Amino acid sequence: MTAPPILELAMLELVGLRKAYGSLEVLRGIDLRVHPGEMVCVVGPSGSGKSSMLRCCNRLEESTGGQVVVDGVDITKPGVDINTVRQRIGMVFQQFNLYPHLTALGNVTLALRKVQNKPGPEAEKLGLAALERVGLADKAHAHPAQLSGGQQQRVAIARAIVLEPKLMLFDEPTSALDPETVGEVLKVMRELRESGMTMLVVTHEMGFARAAADRVIFMDAGAIVEEGPPAEVFGAPKHDRTRAFLARYTGGH
Amino acid sequence: MDGPPMDGFGRLADTFFNAEVAARYWPDILAGVWITIGLGIAVSIAGLAFGVALAILRAMQRPWLALPIIAFADIMRALPPLVIIIVFFFAFPLIGISMSAFMSTWLALTLVLAAYAEESVWGGILSLPRGQSEAARSTGLTWGQTMSAVVLPQAFRVALPPLTNRVIAVSKNVALGSVVALSEVLNNAQSATSTAGNPTPLTMAAAAYLAIFIPAMLFARRLETRMQWRV
Amino acid sequence: MDALLTNFFNLEVFRQVLPFLLQGLLTTIGLSALVIPLGLVGGLGVALLATQTSRRWVRFLVAVYVDTFRALPPIVLLIFIYFGFPFLGIDLPKLLAVALGFLLNNAAYYGEIFRAGFLSVPSGQMEAARSTGLTRAQALIHVVIPQAVHNVLPDLLGNSIEVVKLTTIASVVALPELLRIARDAQALVYNPSPIVLAALLYLALLWPLVRWLSRLEHKNLMAR
Ligand SMILES: Nc1ncnc2c1ncn2[C@@H]1O[C@H](COP(=O)(O)OP(=O)(O)O)[C@@H](O)[C@H]1O
Ligand SMILES: [Mg+2]
Repeated sequence: MTAPPILELAMLELVGLRKAYGSLEVLRGIDLRVHPGEMVCVVGPSGSGKSSMLRCCNRLEESTGGQVVVDGVDITKPGVDINTVRQRIGMVFQQFNLYPHLTALGNVTLALRKVQNKPGPEAEKLGLAALERVGLADKAHAHPAQLSGGQQQRVAIARAIVLEPKLMLFDEPTSALDPETVGEVLKVMRELRESGMTMLVVTHEMGFARAAADRVIFMDAGAIVEEGPPAEVFGAPKHDRTRAFLARYTGGH
Repeated sequence: MDGPPMDGFGRLADTFFNAEVAARYWPDILAGVWITIGLGIAVSIAGLAFGVALAILRAMQRPWLALPIIAFADIMRALPPLVIIIVFFFAFPLIGISMSAFMSTWLALTLVLAAYAEESVWGGILSLPRGQSEAARSTGLTWGQTMSAVVLPQAFRVALPPLTNRVIAVSKNVALGSVVALSEVLNNAQSATSTAGNPTPLTMAAAAYLAIFIPAMLFARRLETRMQWRV
Repeated sequence: MDALLTNFFNLEVFRQVLPFLLQGLLTTIGLSALVIPLGLVGGLGVALLATQTSRRWVRFLVAVYVDTFRALPPIVLLIFIYFGFPFLGIDLPKLLAVALGFLLNNAAYYGEIFRAGFLSVPSGQMEAARSTGLTRAQALIHVVIPQAVHNVLPDLLGNSIEVVKLTTIASVVALPELLRIARDAQALVYNPSPIVLAALLYLALLWPLVRWLSRLEHKNLMAR
């Protein structure tokens, strides 16, 4: 990364983001800027609101307060065409959520064909290129059930990047994987990051966050407790809550 | 009828919800209700008992037993129940077997329910892992003891939702008896409608069937959820 | 034995009435080909209303509709429509009365089946589709409905067999389907063989489907 990107326009900016389910407040005013080309990892205990925050970023959940600004546009404002916005924001889920009735290629090309109305051959060409990027061109005609967990998650990543998003959201992309297939998914994510993609990644892979993230955010109870370069957050955490959390993850299970 | 001209709604009410007609034919409908309920219960009990017995026989795994059972279940599920009722009522007398409308309807629906019940219970038995009966036999239980103590209780739990649905669906077919002049609700309502020159009895018949089968459905649903909790 | 042959399997009668019964069989098939798709579409609508809206009162009304028409015997419904409506001056043609009765009844049954299908599709499927920019309708059409239908195919087949059998009630409003023709023929030749022949034709039509259904169901159960 180059100069401190303070004045640079953020790709994603959360301003005082709030979310409540009824009377349960799960996000209590989140402020966060993610700059173009930056990879921010979000860690924190389960139930701290990480998924809710991510899902507010493409309005799979509707926030109850604050703003979500993507590439300069407040997407929480009425009148925003959310389906257009969503094509600019890729999302990868913990459970892959591949469409079981479609092949890998069918999964990757669905939005190209139905949302962008690309003709079949063109969609296929783009789809194959996306599968190639995640190393699965040879599995284009396999159905999800015939793929390993790691392969399924890579198809899911291809399904998102084929739309050429400006921002990618990852919600614990490796948590549902067998340990032996975690590596291949993290490798694809690293390559994506190197290609300049802006990424917001919720993860429990501390090693990955430490090695690959530009910035790490520790969340607890619906708020950002601590944030900084990985070396600082992991090496010299300032808050007790961060320390307690990290001790559980790094200090032997 | 005198009085001011009626609006659309008044006319609808007077046609389908005519209190005077309702009061006059109420006893006929009620008499039909008892027949419908009685026949429905008789079909349910006999059909279930026969069906379960067939499933147990099929579980003995003797081809000479299983094949006729499969054929019976297939035929009774492939033939429309109305056709079976009509064959029993109109055709059997000619080969010397005379059946009343009640008897024809009861026998036809019992056989139909038995076929479906056999399939459901057999499906439940199939769904059990082999290990269940092997474990039971390995502890010295006989085949009969294994069936009654281990296999059937579990099979019933799997089979319960399709069974309850089917009991209600087949019992509803008691209304088909009207075609052979069985004096259940629908038949009585049709006669009443033609003598009264007003379709209010048909409304009453529909209401009566709802009054009988909606509670039955709710009861079945409660039974199902209760059985699920006990797993 | 002789009585059985002359009354049930009278070949001479079979030969006489077979062409008419085949005509009736065609009508039965045609009627099924009309009311099954109608019921499927109606049922899909019912299931969408039941699962895809958060409005409580909509879901309540749908539940009332479904329970009502599952509790009401279809023959009662048909007779109500066909013999009741004329008192209002509404004289429905036979086919329309039958189609309306079947639609009301089938939409409730198919609706319950589709509803179970929708519930069997994990919510992550809709979310993944929406996250790539598909509208709700596109996500339903391309992602959710295909899976929902696939998951309940045996039940759809089973219910469709029931619908074909149910077309026999159209005989009570004198629609010339197989059973009606057979009964008319029986009255003409004064011999019940036509009814037996009709039963054989129903068997020929439906037995293969029943067999197929059994295999589908048992395969599903064993795979649990
Ligand atoms: N749809 C929902 N309805 C009600 N509460 C929810 C819902 N989704 C999440 N929550 C609650 O919000 C809190 C934060 O959840 P989540 O964002 O999933 O946390 P995390 O991803 O950090 O584990 C939890 O207490 C969770 O129970
Ligand atoms: Mg989460």
